Amino acid sequence: MPRKLSNPFASPSMPPSEKAGERRPSQSKGNRLAGFFSTKSKEQSPATQTHQQGVSQQMTSTAMSLPTISLSTASAAGELSSDEPPTTLFQPPSADETRTRQRAEAEFGPLLSPSHRYVSAHHGKRLDPPIEDEPPYYYLLTTYISYLLLIFCGHVRDFFGKRFGDKKHYRPLKAFNGYAPLNDDFDNFYVRRLKRRLDDCFARPTTGVPGRYITLMDRKSDDFNRSYKLTGTYTETLNVSSYNYLGFAQSEGPCADAAEECVRKYGMSFCSPRADAGTSDLVLEVEREVAQFVGKPAAMVFSMGFVTNAGTFPALVSKGCLIISDELNHASIRVGARLSGAVIRSFKHNNMDDLEKKLREAIAQGQPRTHRPWKKILVVVEGLYSMEGTMVDLPGVLELKRKYKFFLYMDEAHSIGAVGPNGRGVCDYFGVDPGEIDILMGTLTKSFGANGGYVAAEKHIIDKLRMTNPAALLGESPAPSVLMQILSSLRVITGQIAPGQGEERLQRIAFNSRYLRLGLKRLGFIVYGHDDSPIIPIMLYNPGKMSAFSHEMLKRKISVVLVGYPATPLISSRARFCISAAHNKEDMDRLLAACDEVGDILQLKFSTGVAGGQEPLPEGVTPEMEKEWRKANGLEGVIKPPRWKLEDVIARGVEDCKQPLR
Amino acid sequence: MDLHEVQSHLNQWLDEAVVVFQKVPGSAVLIRYVRSSYQNDPVRSAIELVLFIFFIRYLLAPSYSTSKQNYVKLTEDEIDELVDEWTPEPLVPAPTPAEEAELEKLPVLVGPTGPKSKLANGKTVTNLASYNFYNLNANEQIKEKAIQTLRTYGVGPCGPPQFYGTQDVHMKTEADIASYLGTEGCIVYSNSFATISSVIPAFCKRGDVIVADRAVNCSIRRGLEISRSSIKWYNHNDLEDLERVMRKVVQEQARKKLTRRFIVTEALFETIGDVNNLPKLIELKEKYKFRIILDETWSFGVLGRTGRGLTEAQNVDPQQVDMIVGSMAGPLCAGGGFCAGSKDVVEHQRITSAAFTFSAALPAMLAMTASESLNVLQSNPEILQQCRENIRLMRAQLDPRSDWVMCTSAPENPIMILVLKPEVIKARRLSVEDQDRLMQECVDEALANGVLISRLKGNSITIHTSLKDGTWAVQPALKVCVTTGLSKKDIEKAGVTIRHAITKVMTRKTNNKLGVPAA
Repeated sequence: MPRKLSNPFASPSMPPSEKAGERRPSQSKGNRLAGFFSTKSKEQSPATQTHQQGVSQQMTSTAMSLPTISLSTASAAGELSSDEPPTTLFQPPSADETRTRQRAEAEFGPLLSPSHRYVSAHHGKRLDPPIEDEPPYYYLLTTYISYLLLIFCGHVRDFFGKRFGDKKHYRPLKAFNGYAPLNDDFDNFYVRRLKRRLDDCFARPTTGVPGRYITLMDRKSDDFNRSYKLTGTYTETLNVSSYNYLGFAQSEGPCADAAEECVRKYGMSFCSPRADAGTSDLVLEVEREVAQFVGKPAAMVFSMGFVTNAGTFPALVSKGCLIISDELNHASIRVGARLSGAVIRSFKHNNMDDLEKKLREAIAQGQPRTHRPWKKILVVVEGLYSMEGTMVDLPGVLELKRKYKFFLYMDEAHSIGAVGPNGRGVCDYFGVDPGEIDILMGTLTKSFGANGGYVAAEKHIIDKLRMTNPAALLGESPAPSVLMQILSSLRVITGQIAPGQGEERLQRIAFNSRYLRLGLKRLGFIVYGHDDSPIIPIMLYNPGKMSAFSHEMLKRKISVVLVGYPATPLISSRARFCISAAHNKEDMDRLLAACDEVGDILQLKFSTGVAGGQEPLPEGVTPEMEKEWRKANGLEGVIKPPRWKLEDVIARGVEDCKQPLR
Repeated sequence: MDLHEVQSHLNQWLDEAVVVFQKVPGSAVLIRYVRSSYQNDPVRSAIELVLFIFFIRYLLAPSYSTSKQNYVKLTEDEIDELVDEWTPEPLVPAPTPAEEAELEKLPVLVGPTGPKSKLANGKTVTNLASYNFYNLNANEQIKEKAIQTLRTYGVGPCGPPQFYGTQDVHMKTEADIASYLGTEGCIVYSNSFATISSVIPAFCKRGDVIVADRAVNCSIRRGLEISRSSIKWYNHNDLEDLERVMRKVVQEQARKKLTRRFIVTEALFETIGDVNNLPKLIELKEKYKFRIILDETWSFGVLGRTGRGLTEAQNVDPQQVDMIVGSMAGPLCAGGGFCAGSKDVVEHQRITSAAFTFSAALPAMLAMTASESLNVLQSNPEILQQCRENIRLMRAQLDPRSDWVMCTSAPENPIMILVLKPEVIKARRLSVEDQDRLMQECVDEALANGVLISRLKGNSITIHTSLKDGTWAVQPALKVCVTTGLSKKDIEKAGVTIRHAITKVMTRKTNNKLGVPAA
């Protein structure tokens, strides 16, 4: 990497000596997690492995929670802070202190300057859809050709493989002993013949906290990604992959302390569904706080976000009702909608005109065949779309809602905590009264660093849900420690615990998102999504570039998420960055530098400039005057493809990202 | 412009067109073809071309009708009027009195769950409503392990398993469960209720056939519904009926393309509590070439000498069962579910199973807890014996001695399902709603005497699913969950309390107006 970054964690995996000396805890580089697992090798039998892991974990834990009296690290601490009287007034921090600090910073980066904060809000206006830039046709054409080639090769290999190949590998695909093949559809073909080629970019095993950095367990494959072997080494990478929006993935701090205390008090589980004996004072308190946070009279929490959606729809709508759902809604919404028995229609992503058209048609025509009026119409949108980075045009939807009297279900899985001046989701961002939306659903997995989901609505709706939602009646209740994490992180956000910290987190994620988005646009990437969204997808198109991009970023110690078919249309493969409050500007700069290099290597700078990244206006020209200024200088309709230099991007970024992005 | 000029222009264009046509590669071949094949009759060629285009269009057209049948054309004003007139029903109907009462009576625990739990009203009661059979929730060793995990991994994994949410703890838990059960592989889901609902549609697609027990639980029913497969039912635990259905399926399919066929059933039934006959099931499955999806949610950690489930209890090789689905949220006191099976079965789910792919991974501390609980179970199998002893004691207090209820659960099942005896129902002509109400009264009465039990809930939902199977209804029942956390004396005392509560409710004047029971 040409840019030297002052990052103590950028060191590669453990030095070899660490692996050999298994009893000696790691003390050199601060990568304790790696040291902790370095005893684990593939050859060991599971039993000994478990045992050793247990022992080493116990050691590590003691060392971590009580750094001052740590016996296991006494040698290191002893050498440095020995009994010699200090000769200077300034005492350098002891190795333990350094380590603890480094560990904390690996989970949550320090804020480098008070100017790296921003308050995101979009009050009172409708949200225009973001301009989507398109690459030159050459890239689209090569993408199609790539896929055709891949599919062709796949079929050829399947044809011969089924006849002459290794029986073991092809058994699930062939009728065998009177059994039909276990999997034989296109999804399966896609997984085997297309996805497997880049399979090593997915499901990379990790260890430790998925905070600012994430520690990957290195693995290799000798049989073209069919199986993997862990090499036993670890790589600490910058984490732009986890949904850790507010940086609450931490193993210390007020939330982890509260969770630990909760485990001691409550144990690990309530061992019962909510409707039997799984309702505790704790869960009711969390529900009260969640309801208050999102601005609804009542709420209920579930142990899993997917189940929240899959279970709630059948309790709200049934036969004779209509669900109109955004075409890019999450799979859990689709499952829930299908289970409900209602008729499902979809409208074009975030397109209010199309929604209105669908609504008018639905109300005018009534139910199919009988023409009876619909019992009720439920429109389902997401607050922030996880693959596009777009936000719902909530003011637009509400305008239609007033006119067409439908019910609105909003899935805030990604937006709760992540957007809005107070972190209360898209309602907060748009300055809309949450009372106008009938059902607010969200997950607690993402911004809160916990697990599960919630539904918030009027009290009588929630009461009904409690009685009729199968996930609540029969599914497990959320674990106490998870509930405590939700409760404490909520209180940090609202400022009841550690005042100021919640605000800082909210403003940091807003700043980071805008800073990175602007930077990427200026470098020349095609970036999707709205300006304030912490989900930043950059377009790759060619399937070959997906794995290349992921590998190049991994070389630069950055872990990114690739998104391709089936989560996106076949041709618009992308890499997605999820920005967190745990990042600081240094991390964003590191990411920009890496993208700059990789973008040149892989020819990813397609942008034509229509979607932003323009040169700043000259002195004295305000955005309102831009049109006149362009006219005066004969620049009307002239859009220069942005290809900024990295230094300029970094130099101007902080200031410019607080202006409306251009 | 007069006519001549037009003509000359036209000729000129025609000449140009001919020249251009001749320049197109292959045009000479086409002309030769037209000349030679149809006696130089271009009209016939044109007709052939039209037919050919029609054929292509026909091939590319969707197989279903796209024209909107029955579509009423309306003007914009009419639509506006309809929009104004339309009033939707309220989003949820008003609560029924029964629902309101139930909501009010929902017990709220203060502090941890355990054999003795404190309720929000300040009373401490004997808790026989939790699946805390071995009281592992109070196990300090497990708690310590969980705290260590918390201090290394934080709480949430903040991402789905495919995107950096797979942690080494999850891999360890999967390996632990697989080796415990004796299967090739295992995949861990983050919620047990969603597991089988998602496993079934991952394998069963449109056109496949599923044969399912009528008494399967709500989660399975949801899975069946999403799968879009064709579903056949067989009478509860009636393997002869199963064979009949299977034979019929095989006959029906004999001339068709071979499709996947599955049997979906439970090891211990959630709503009845009885046990399945796995060896016979395996025999049938092999005879008729079906695959088995076995829901071990209630038997994993319960049946067998070391709690490995039905396969251990009935000496069946677990590899003969294609998919074993289980829960880590019950007796293991952790959270999440799993599906164990061959490597192909497991790997297929990692990308095609919705609840796995589109949901965040299980929190590391819960995965670790599950591993550790298994460890405890494996190293102290006597804890299972102790539990069975308690079940026997409790059963002795309830089943033979009560005039009103009987226990439908298997003798090893720590969840004792108590239903009203058929003669009682018959004598009093009790409807399902009446029984539900009586059961709720029994629960209330037992709670008033310091024993927390529960009843089967969600009947309405289980039946409500759109699967057409009108012949099955869940019978309202009491649910008593035995735990090793109580001494023999406590168990017996609780058993007596429950029995007395049932008797008191059943002999209440208001409930007794239809005459004395047959017993």
